[in-house]
Order: sequence, then C-alpha cells, then structure tokens
Amino acid sequence: MCDTCGCNITHGNENFIKPGGKLHKTESGKEAVTVLHNLLDENDHTAMHNREHFDQHNVLAINLMSSPGAGKTALLEATIQQLDKNLRIAVIEGDLETENDAERIRKHGVKAIQISTGSACHLDAHMIHQALHNLDLAEFDIIFIENVGNLVCPASFDLGQHLNVTLLSVPEGDDKPAKYPVMFRASDFVLISKSDLLPILDDFKPERARKYLQDIASTAPILELSSKNKSGMKEWFEWINQQIKNRKDYLKEHPLSTHSHTHSHNHGNNHGHTHQHTHDHLHKHV
Amino acid sequence: MHELAICQALINQLETIASERNAQSISLIVVGIGPLSGVEAQLLKNAYPIASAGTVADNAEIVIQQLPVKVKCNECGCESDAKPNKLICKNCGNWRTSLVSGDELLLLSVELEKSDTEYSGPDTGNLTNTGLH
Repeated sequence: MCDTCGCNITHGNENFIKPGGKLHKTESGKEAVTVLHNLLDENDHTAMHNREHFDQHNVLAINLMSSPGAGKTALLEATIQQLDKNLRIAVIEGDLETENDAERIRKHGVKAIQISTGSACHLDAHMIHQALHNLDLAEFDIIFIENVGNLVCPASFDLGQHLNVTLLSVPEGDDKPAKYPVMFRASDFVLISKSDLLPILDDFKPERARKYLQDIASTAPILELSSKNKSGMKEWFEWINQQIKNRKDYLKEHPLSTHSHTHSHNHGNNHGHTHQHTHDHLHKHV
Repeated sequence: MHELAICQALINQLETIASERNAQSISLIVVGIGPLSGVEAQLLKNAYPIASAGTVADNAEIVIQQLPVKVKCNECGCESDAKPNKLICKNCGNWRTSLVSGDELLLLSVELEKSDTEYSGPDTGNLTNTGLH
C-alpha cells in the first residue's frame, strides 16, 4: 500500500476509515488531521529501493521464511551444492545472535553476510539495505535472504525481495497455514521440508496442508522436498530457473528508468499492485 | 513482538506531522488495523507508552479501529465477511478470492494540541486530508 494514490482505501474498508464522526470534532486549541498513512511506509520505501538495486543488476532476491529449525540453512547448503554452477549465489543471513549460519554457507565457498538482529524478531528493509553495502550485486545472479526463524513477525516487513518462499517442515504439523495465515498468505512458494520424515511422522498429510492453504486463498504452489535425501530438489531448481526467467522477462517489458526520479514498481509478493512513485532525494547505489 | 518496531515507525510519522503543523503535542491517535496485517492491537497499545516516552506524542490517547476481513469471490463476484484463516466465498464456497479489507495497518488520523496564537480556529477548515492527493 502507498500514501500517494489513495490505494489504502478500498470499497471494503472505506466505511470504517473515512473521515467523519466524533473523532474528528475538535475543541478549541486542537486540530484534527486525517492522515491515512501506512505505518510501515518508511520500511516499504527502503524495500522498494532495495528491489531497484536488485533489478539494476538483474539479481533475483528470494526471502526464505519458516519457524526456527525448519531447515532453511540446510536447504541453502543443498541448493549451493547442486544448483547450476553458472548461477552465482550470495546469502544474507538473519539471526538474533551468532555467525553460525553464515559460516555454514561460507564453507561452501559462497559469500554470506550475517545480520545479527539482537533482540529483533525479524529482518527489515533497512537491515537489508545495510547488508547490500557489503555486496557487489554485479557479481551475483541470486541473493537468498534467510530471515529470522519465526512464522509471525517477518511476514509484516517487505525487504525488497522478489519472492517469498516459506518452509513448512514435516515435524511442525500440517495445520501451520491455518495457525499463521499472515505468513502463508504472503508466500509465493511453500516447501514441505524434511519430507524424508513423512513415512515416520505419518500424521502429517500434505493434502491437508494444501487444503489449509486453499482456505486462506493461497494460489502458491507446494512442493515436498528433502535437503537430506534430495527428493524434490530438481523441481526446486526448475522453479528457481523459471523465476529468474520470469524476472528477466518482466524487466524487459518494464525497463528501469535508471537515475530517473520517477519510477514504477511492483511489490515483491505478486499480490500487490503497480503504481507511480516519485521521490526527490538523492541516493548512492553501492 | 514486532509491535514495538511498528510503534516506533508510528512515532516517527507523528513527529513529522506535529513538526509540519507546529503542534505542541498530540492528544489523540486513531490507528486502523486489520487482522491480516499481522499486528495485534493490544500489543501495539502496550508498546505505545514505551515508544512514545519523551516524544511529542507522549501521553496521547491511542484508539485502535479493528477493521473487518472481507473477501470478493473471483468466480461469482460476491463479497462476504471472512475469518483470517478462512478466506473462502460464503456464497459459493470457492477458495479463489481476493481480499478487499483486513490487511490494513494505517495511521488514520491524529488530534494536535496547538497554542491559541497559532491556532486558526475550527471554522476555517480544520480537517485537512494529507493522505490523498
């Protein structure tokens, strides 16, 4: 949502948020101001800039989200080992503490930037912007952002990614989409990870997970995948390659107006909208 | 508990508004939240005194309007109320729907305290819409 074109107001919510009523009557010495700003406006603005940085270098940015321990880092390790060597990968790791995950990635010869969030339960666009100062995007084709393990908070913050991939690991249970609808609604691809455990934890029914995703009107494809026995990895790579192609095609049709101060953008989650956006400050691309 | 981070973003916006309009303080803030924004109204209220301490919005009353979840069916076009984890069409049962309300996270309005000399009076247009152009 933005603050410039009025798209915050839909016919579904206008009766609730349009001006009027007792809240807008003022006493002497007071002024009522209607604002209608998205509270995350500043974050979303930075996210848009991040997305522009990625697009200028033809880099696809994928945000990986899940509960702690669902296998995000293991998936990245398996991906680095098996993905087409012509695709150059970098990873931005988000954790409350430690460099452990970044070190796991670096052992595979891949550049990894660790963001330690301290007590913050999510990454935000400003943290990603800082991390991008340490990455020469011209050297990469894909940036994976491994978000803080958390099925709640990361869903509310656009980072500038093109796509959200959410892992739902078999030990967690198949009803996670019903319990965490905000997270799963934001997902462009849902991976049922640790699928090698399906024969043991047979109360997890992939078709039930699919049903819960339909209940939240999600059209995201679902893939059963195991970083351990490598099942589903081929389809995961096919999906990544397809997304790289889709983004290149999109940028061919909607070329970036480099260094212009008026540009359009689309949100990374594919369920937003496109609108014109103008800004009047200078920024340096690193 | 990302509500504190969101509260801090709210305070930044409030400070900008107060400064632009030469207000001494802010007495009332109205925020609109849909359940699918991922933000809990009560947690936001709890975080507010911590985030606003020492700012122009310290001691302001915060009113939260809970916005309803509504979907529009992509098949039959019917609009219906829905639950956050059940966004299906109530008319035909189809799951291919679009959200028309329920994921908002908006600062709707504020009430500013101004000194009498700077105050222009309630009859000279005291309701200004800065959000829509």
